[in-house]
Amino acid sequence: MDLSGLALGLETALQPDNILICLLGVTLGTLVGVLPGIGPTATVALLLPITFNFDPIASLIMLSGIYYGAQYGGSTTAILLNLPGESSSAVTALDGHQMARQGRAGPALAAAALGSFFAGTVATVVLALFAPPLARAALQFGPAEYCALVVLGLIASIALASGSAVKALAMVVLGLLLGTVGQDLYTGIPRFTFGVRELYGGLDFVSLAVGMFGLAEIIRNLEQRQTTSLVTREVRGLWLTREDGRSIVGPVLRGTTMGSLLGVLPGSGHVLAAFTSYSLEKRLSRTPEEFGRGAIQGVAAPESANNAAAQTSFIPLLTLGLPAHPVMALLVGAFIIQGITPGPNVIDDEPALFWGLIASMWVGNLLLVLLNLPLIGLWVRLLTVPYDVLFPAIIAFAAIGCYSLGLNQWDVFAIAAFGVLGYALIRWGCEPAPLLLGFVLGPLLEENLRRAMIISRGDPTVFVTRPISAFLLLLAVTALVVAALPAVRRKREVVFTEEG
Amino acid sequence: MSARLPTVGRRPYVPDLLAGGVFVLLGLAFAIGGARYDVGSALRMGPGYVPLLLGGVLAILGLVIVAQAFLGGDPHARELADRERRPVPWVPAALLVASVLFFGATVRGLGLAPSLFVTTFLAALAGHRTGVVRALVTAAGLTVLCLVVFVSLLQLRLPLLGPWLGG
Repeated sequence: MDLSGLALGLETALQPDNILICLLGVTLGTLVGVLPGIGPTATVALLLPITFNFDPIASLIMLSGIYYGAQYGGSTTAILLNLPGESSSAVTALDGHQMARQGRAGPALAAAALGSFFAGTVATVVLALFAPPLARAALQFGPAEYCALVVLGLIASIALASGSAVKALAMVVLGLLLGTVGQDLYTGIPRFTFGVRELYGGLDFVSLAVGMFGLAEIIRNLEQRQTTSLVTREVRGLWLTREDGRSIVGPVLRGTTMGSLLGVLPGSGHVLAAFTSYSLEKRLSRTPEEFGRGAIQGVAAPESANNAAAQTSFIPLLTLGLPAHPVMALLVGAFIIQGITPGPNVIDDEPALFWGLIASMWVGNLLLVLLNLPLIGLWVRLLTVPYDVLFPAIIAFAAIGCYSLGLNQWDVFAIAAFGVLGYALIRWGCEPAPLLLGFVLGPLLEENLRRAMIISRGDPTVFVTRPISAFLLLLAVTALVVAALPAVRRKREVVFTEEG
Repeated sequence: MSARLPTVGRRPYVPDLLAGGVFVLLGLAFAIGGARYDVGSALRMGPGYVPLLLGGVLAILGLVIVAQAFLGGDPHARELADRERRPVPWVPAALLVASVLFFGATVRGLGLAPSLFVTTFLAALAGHRTGVVRALVTAAGLTVLCLVVFVSLLQLRLPLLGPWLGG
């Protein structure tokens, strides 16, 4: 294990400025993540523009802080209000909210926080151990391998998405197509810009994310006539009893293992991790009937899995430049805006950034525990902000944020367009996440496809004759076939719609 | 659930029909647009190659989804989705879209403060229980909040009043 790297990372992350930035990130993330109806993806998209004023290291530390802050905030709302911000905290809501209704909100929050902290710490070490060799291996990749890798990533995100696989595939392809808007990389010819100069640089991914995950989501929430009345209870007694403490050790350990492994998977690895570890605990438990009625193991396990997966999902991003899920896709955009191409080179070219980011994740997790447990009362009060005030604020932040990035009014118009498109597609049963992944990976795929074909002199068999590429494509095909099998599909429905 | 075979006269499933239709249209648009650029060959792909290829794939996937709309699919999943479906909030949605478009169109001309005020006012009106007065109050509060956050704290250099207002 390369300890010098981790030492450099800690040195970077523990600089007072960076601790402050990290604190700011996790606070903002928790703040927005706690607000009902806004998941981590929307939170990161909304807060993305404000990080661009910082230097690259600070900006990425802040963004990742926002990400796990938002996840933490999401589990708080899941436990207290039964309003999960995203699907991975839906599992937490099952038992967490039951515990809250029995007056045990404090222990539920504490179990979630401590489990997450432990999982985050372990997963950070896993990341530090496995990222460098993987990055070194990835440096050997040629365009054909990269192409195959991107295809595998996209296909896997379909296989793990909920709902119709054909629709998810169509969303990926639409995302890839939207990614072709702008000047062609090789010839400089503007494509699909309709003479609008501002579109030469391509569609802005912040607009896309804010439109599809922010505006579309607001319209969806307004389908409900009355906003849910939010009843908050006093949170008292955060401490776990000795019995609680003993009963969560196993679930936390198993959840951490599960999350660290599954987090690397593209698509919804963290959702899968949360669901799988929940059902595992239920199966292992001597009292499975307790699950769903306020079992503390049912909170500790998925929260640990969730957080471990959030951490290890940075592995494909930092080593291959491949985002595992929408939040990571947003981070790719952030890297690029900072002038850094995410991929295997980051570790050698920007060691301070690479290791600093990893170490800051641990710092961030520690800060979150310190921030969340004592201040829980403050966060709970935030839950009472009425939605009628909240969503105009989101609109305002989204519009100013997007405009401020490039002072380009087309970026703002694009929010509206993507909002409408996203809402319509969500209504018709198409999830927006695969589209965002396709959009971010589109240029990468096209560039490597074209380069691979030039190198192979136009011979398309290059993808199956080179062993690594062939292996990756074989995996992709397997994933696609498995996802299309009716038996698996039904099981997947069950996993995603019912309760583990 | 009865596993009835799909009959010819059965009504197509509208969400699939619409989604598939949109994919076909967008796929064709990209394919036709792509074909107008230099397509090139597999060896030297021109700027039109990838859009043409992917546009075609998207159109085919759209057709598959349209076919599914007629041929069935999982009736249980559909029933579940239909039960969750609520009417489209047309007026709030239009107000929200208008508010975003207004911001894009006027932020340069009017300047940040007035543009933001109208934007948040329009957006606030989309709330189900929000009347004009309440929307005005919300808009005023949010405008001040955003100006404090973005201009004072984040030092965003956007003029508060634009050239249309002599700023």
